[in-house]
Amino acid sequence: MGTTLAVARREFRSFFNSPVAYIVIGVFLVVAGWLYFSTVFVAGEASLRAFFGIAPVLFVVFAPAVTMRLLAEERKSGTLELLLSMPLRDWEVVAGKFLAALGMVAVGLLWTLPYPLTVAGLTAEGARFDWGPVVMGYLGLLLMASSFLALGLWASALSRNQIVGFIIGLLLCFAFYFIDKFAMVLPESAGELLQYLSVDYHFANIARGVLDTRDVLFYLSLTAVGLALTTRTLGNVRQ
Amino acid sequence: MIRIEGLTKSYGATQALRGVSFEVHRGQVVGFLGPNGAGKSTTMKILAGFVTPTSGTARVNGIDVTADPVASRRLIGYLPENNPLYEEMMVRDFLDFVAEVRGIPRERRAERIRNAVDRCGLRAVLGKDIHQLSKGYRQRVGLAQAIVHDPDLLILDEPTTGLDPNQIVEIRSLIKELGREKTVILSTHILSEVQSTCGRVLIINDGRLVADDAPERLGKGEGGTVTVVLASRTGALLQADAVRAMLEGVAGVTGVEMAEGEGAGTLGFRLRYGAEDIRRSLFEAAVRADLCLLEVKRQHVSLEETFRKLTGGEASRGPQDPGTPSLAA
Repeated sequence: MGTTLAVARREFRSFFNSPVAYIVIGVFLVVAGWLYFSTVFVAGEASLRAFFGIAPVLFVVFAPAVTMRLLAEERKSGTLELLLSMPLRDWEVVAGKFLAALGMVAVGLLWTLPYPLTVAGLTAEGARFDWGPVVMGYLGLLLMASSFLALGLWASALSRNQIVGFIIGLLLCFAFYFIDKFAMVLPESAGELLQYLSVDYHFANIARGVLDTRDVLFYLSLTAVGLALTTRTLGNVRQ
Repeated sequence: MIRIEGLTKSYGATQALRGVSFEVHRGQVVGFLGPNGAGKSTTMKILAGFVTPTSGTARVNGIDVTADPVASRRLIGYLPENNPLYEEMMVRDFLDFVAEVRGIPRERRAERIRNAVDRCGLRAVLGKDIHQLSKGYRQRVGLAQAIVHDPDLLILDEPTTGLDPNQIVEIRSLIKELGREKTVILSTHILSEVQSTCGRVLIINDGRLVADDAPERLGKGEGGTVTVVLASRTGALLQADAVRAMLEGVAGVTGVEMAEGEGAGTLGFRLRYGAEDIRRSLFEAAVRADLCLLEVKRQHVSLEETFRKLTGGEASRGPQDPGTPSLAA
């Protein structure tokens, strides 16, 4: 456990030592900020609906950008050999990397907190700002981010090239986002299955303010699958 | 300390190791020699717990490196080939990270790091980023990383590659010092390095162990050369052809070639010999021919020659592999 955190801490620090961190988080904030302002000031609506509505798409790009270098870079520079000959289990390495990535996303989300705060302040007198969907929305974002990051981490383990890692991660995340978008043309049972596999569908549930264990379980299982695949791929690097 | 039995490793269709077995006892400094691609690095990677063998076992202090990798890795300090390091980290942070992952308890960490820093002479660069360091310093960081947890066994894969002669001497003396209390396995293709630092040499070729002996004993009993300088006792002019014929007649001599003399009236020859010592019969032959031996110098077959012979540097390698190992001496 301690060693997992040591890996996570090192990764977290080195992420913020590189300009990539600031570019990725910066772009995220610009896009999120634009969406926020366009709803609140143009449509005059005191909610974060537009922000949460588009966040899944944002994360499809943002999550693989955070994870792309995590393992690809170590494979390329050879430091993976150093890391994998330390007294650590492979899953500890993977867990450390994952926690670091989650931490980075959390830092990015932290910077969006002024949005709900100002919206709450701007809410018309007499009306009460509804914090429920906001808190749930953030929780949902973190859960969704976990599953995307786990998939992105696996993509990063597959190649020595960060860009390849990014593109594979992007495709994986996009697939899980897009999977239910053509559900209406399919028979109902197949449509329901696809809907269940959709990251977007579960997020919409949570962002509405409803915390259903089924949605949470979905994200946690997708995360677990991603991390298990990453651990497996690391094992193959040893072959 | 180390017991390796029937180790094989294949990467796809390539066989990197074809059954390597050896033992290393505590406190030995063992040099691993072999041409590029012979399997040195693979053996070290397996021992260090980075690569899984295809078959066979490797044990460190009785712990199987595949069955209980975390426990065996705790006993080992490993400097991988090309010394990969987290370039963007400060030396201090890097060593701190390694110490933490290596499981050194917090209260002993500072002391262990200080110890490694002092031994490797890193005090001056503690606050620098690793990518700013010279190659010599980088190598020392790699060594410090490998000894920070005070391991019983050090595995150093080509620790002096790419260093200038001064740095090589420094790193070598550091390794020698570490070898006084630890078991060290190092690979190199600098043969003189083995002679100066190792008590034992393992030569590996094409995935197999082909020699295992003390460096000074390798090649013993396989002959060598004797260089002689001759002068006439009577002052008569020496006939090179006649002297050569006389030398070829000496029992045990397998080849004669001209070499430098010591000036007018002297002749130099280099004589090859097989297993038996030829100096005595050489002396007697010289006396009979009224010649005086100004110099007799015997040289055993050198480690270079043994290496070339064992690893097929001349002709015996497979036809698909034309590469002759390059030896930086």
